[in-house]
Amino acid sequence: MKNNEQLLNGELTDDLFEIAGRRAEDSEKIQRPPLSAFKDSWIRLRKNKGAIVSLIILVLILILAIFGPYMNEYKYYETDYSAAYQPPSSEHWLGTDKFGRDQWTRIWEGTRISLYIAVLAAFLDLLIGVTYGAVSALIGGKVDNAMQRVIEILVGIPNLIIIILLIMLMKPGILTITIAMVITGWVNMARLVRAQIFKLKEQEFVLASRSLGSTNKRLILHHLIPNTMGLIVINMMFTIPSAIFTEAFLSFIGLGLQEPLASLGVLINDGFQGMRNHFYLLLYPAIVIVGIMVSFNILADGLRDALDPKMRK
Amino acid sequence: MDVETLLKVNNLHVSFSTYAGKVQAVRGVNLYLKKGETLAIVGESGSGKSVTSKSIMRLLPSNSAQIEDGEILFEGRDLANLPEREMEKIRGSEISMIFQDPMTALNPTMTIGNQIIESLLIHQKLNKTQALQKAIELLKLVGIPNAETRVKQFPHQFSGGMRQRVVIAIALACNPKVLIADEPTTALDVTIQAQILDLMKDIQKKMGTSIIIITHDLGVVANIADRVAVMYAGKIVETGTVEEVFYNPQHPYTWGLLGSMPNMETKEDLIAIPGSPPDLINPPKGDPFAERNEFALKVDYLREPPMFKLTETHYAATWLLHGKAPKIERPLKLDKKRLTVTKPVQKDAIEITVPNEPLIEVKNLKKYFNIGKNELLRAVDNLTFDIYKGETLGLVGESGCGKSTTGRTLMKLYEATEGEVLFQKEAVHGKKNSSELKQFNRKVQMIFQDPYASLNPRKTVADIIAEGIDIHGLAKTKEDRRQRVYELLETVGLNRDHANRYPHEFSGGQRQRIGIARALAVEPEFIIADEPISALDVSIQAQVVNLMKKLQKERGLTYLFIAHDLSMIKHISDRVGVMYLGSMVELASSDDLYNEPLHPYTQALLSAVPVPDPMREKSRERIILEGDLPSPSNPPSGCRFRTRCPHAIETCAKMAPEWKEAKPNHWVACHIINS
Repeated sequence: MKNNEQLLNGELTDDLFEIAGRRAEDSEKIQRPPLSAFKDSWIRLRKNKGAIVSLIILVLILILAIFGPYMNEYKYYETDYSAAYQPPSSEHWLGTDKFGRDQWTRIWEGTRISLYIAVLAAFLDLLIGVTYGAVSALIGGKVDNAMQRVIEILVGIPNLIIIILLIMLMKPGILTITIAMVITGWVNMARLVRAQIFKLKEQEFVLASRSLGSTNKRLILHHLIPNTMGLIVINMMFTIPSAIFTEAFLSFIGLGLQEPLASLGVLINDGFQGMRNHFYLLLYPAIVIVGIMVSFNILADGLRDALDPKMRK
Repeated sequence: MDVETLLKVNNLHVSFSTYAGKVQAVRGVNLYLKKGETLAIVGESGSGKSVTSKSIMRLLPSNSAQIEDGEILFEGRDLANLPEREMEKIRGSEISMIFQDPMTALNPTMTIGNQIIESLLIHQKLNKTQALQKAIELLKLVGIPNAETRVKQFPHQFSGGMRQRVVIAIALACNPKVLIADEPTTALDVTIQAQILDLMKDIQKKMGTSIIIITHDLGVVANIADRVAVMYAGKIVETGTVEEVFYNPQHPYTWGLLGSMPNMETKEDLIAIPGSPPDLINPPKGDPFAERNEFALKVDYLREPPMFKLTETHYAATWLLHGKAPKIERPLKLDKKRLTVTKPVQKDAIEITVPNEPLIEVKNLKKYFNIGKNELLRAVDNLTFDIYKGETLGLVGESGCGKSTTGRTLMKLYEATEGEVLFQKEAVHGKKNSSELKQFNRKVQMIFQDPYASLNPRKTVADIIAEGIDIHGLAKTKEDRRQRVYELLETVGLNRDHANRYPHEFSGGQRQRIGIARALAVEPEFIIADEPISALDVSIQAQVVNLMKKLQKERGLTYLFIAHDLSMIKHISDRVGVMYLGSMVELASSDDLYNEPLHPYTQALLSAVPVPDPMREKSRERIILEGDLPSPSNPPSGCRFRTRCPHAIETCAKMAPEWKEAKPNHWVACHIINS
């Protein structure tokens, strides 16, 4: 090392002017360590502080939703009229509502409903949305045309109308919301996947694979799906908070879950009615739902930056 | 700064922050621009030429780019530190810019008139009618017919070449002192390129504007520039007048650049520059070119060379110019090339080789696309030709002439609309069972144009290359598969360590070689190369072409080589076919075609190609084709070329010319040529 430094600053001696020749091999070497697309995305995500904080908050909320209701002895439907409207205390951590039900237990019970909706939304997106979009794009032609018209009809009818129609047939509740989501929740995903696969179909690497003689199955499994994965994940992360919000909204206006079942929407509605005197009843469920929504959105944003291959250099 | 110098850049450093680290895109650039001269900045992609020009305009993305050091003096003011408000006054009125892609440089929702007068209204305080009058004058200046009506039209009503003229008109609106043109002709076809270059020269003569032109094409430089600056890895390595740099180059990189470009006469292998440009996140110590330089000295690896002065205008940064350095003759080939160029084109004795058996026979091939509303896009119309075993058939033409469609139809990626293709006497199209198809796919392979789109970004290089091996079950064991991948990597000049990496980690040239390895994996007999080099830098193009030639010799491959670069196609092909608007207009051995082009289109195409030789560029006459390519969905009646043909006669509009053998093995489709 010292020798080198001398060479750098010292006299230009004669022997420096010998021909050393090229080291073309060196220039072909890639200096950065090998990176798979997945690892690369992970590094990018890790650098995004907002996304990581959101991820931690979501994990925390998830843990609380699982264990929260068991952390004290109350049940979410257990009423205690002697202890109605108690402010937060060591007895009831987040206070009690008008029937003396423990708010802590009810909030995490409600969060469970939200997370159930999240899982449902993700599942529908994956199962129906991706399949529908992929089939539509791959077959193309008349089938695609017909399938797209169906989607247009579904998009044309507002969600709220579908729910109201469903309530005419059955009781408002989690099942109604589930069915409503089955009908329309996957539409966006189907459209995006279709567009992406249409684009990929014309890409040169797909042509190259076809010219090597690959079958349709191989094309789908090896080329189309892996390259659509990023888009699917990102879109799912955006669908989830909007599904959660839809459920909360429906429950808030009374079309969703009914008492004594707890959902964040039901709790907020409750808290809203007693807002003047018992603000804590509104505050905590609101914090949880805002936390979930904001975290999902920021995480989705971070994922989009991390997974988009166009951003890669 | 003397009076003559308009713009001076001193020790400019620009860096970009990326998540992988800081990219030092420009590392100490010095240049100057005099009144009324044209300075060309040449270099490969990533050499920092565009960044330099954007720094002058202060158009760098402000969130990631940063001017670290240096000054940009324009008429005594330092643009590098000027407040944004002041800069806005200079942009467009004192210095203006022409961008590469005329398709995206115009706002599609504004009439071109409004786009031109935008800057007039801001900078020159004209009223609307005056400004519109000026806009019409400008459109006339850049050669747009019917300027009065055209001024009210929208960009989509203009063709590519016309749009670039509009872009130039916008840039000229306020009569700027400096015009920066960033690859102004790269997105255009050769015949259009020739028009635009002529226009720029013409405008400079009329208005006395100084031009900075940024390009990778040495032919363009030779055509238009007064002085050249060669950039490599963020630095200027050589600068001088065009004559000095082209006829007396001193830097090994300049030697390499000049040597890797074929001209019409190059027969022997091109001088490729091996390796790839350095990663500017950790720029190498010493001379960044050392690793690729066969004459690199020890000192090159340790210390950065200073600029050595050769003449008042000619400077080069290489230790070879130091007094103690050994005297190195620059590669002989370079001089030889120049010698043959100055001589009149010599005729080779025409070898009439007996054509051996055809590998592919194309008969009356047609491929139409349905583009809706009962409109047919006649992408390929009535092609008839043979490809012989072991030869390279070149296919040239401007964009949209159907050459890529031809390639894809031959390969059965598209079904033919009419006509037939015989491969080894067997019909390619029509129903086939899967084993027959597989057999065909093993014998015929394709190399694609875009090295970024042709590799699946989610797979490792080993999996990409082995795809054919997997599909056809060519490897018995995993070990066998790995060995085959290693062999293929070595065949295309990459090493084994690359197998587990992902495509995004490679440079364009390396990716293209991976694409070649993938095609070779199934041991094909016939390879269709669809513009395999047009997305690559000059020095890398030579690597790929040399590799393809070597592989052909070793494996007896037959190529169909599709390109729009005539000099490269002449270099690699045995026979060349010229296509225009879906049909073939001429087909002959490459020497015949280049020495005695018969069809007027071929003649125009040949004369439009800029060659990297300033003296010849400045003296030769061009046949400039008027107008643009007609739409292939509604081609002209009779001969399709007649609308642009300088020799068109009446018959041309009435009937399509016959495809005839005008001379032995020289086919042409033109009414004015009689066999």
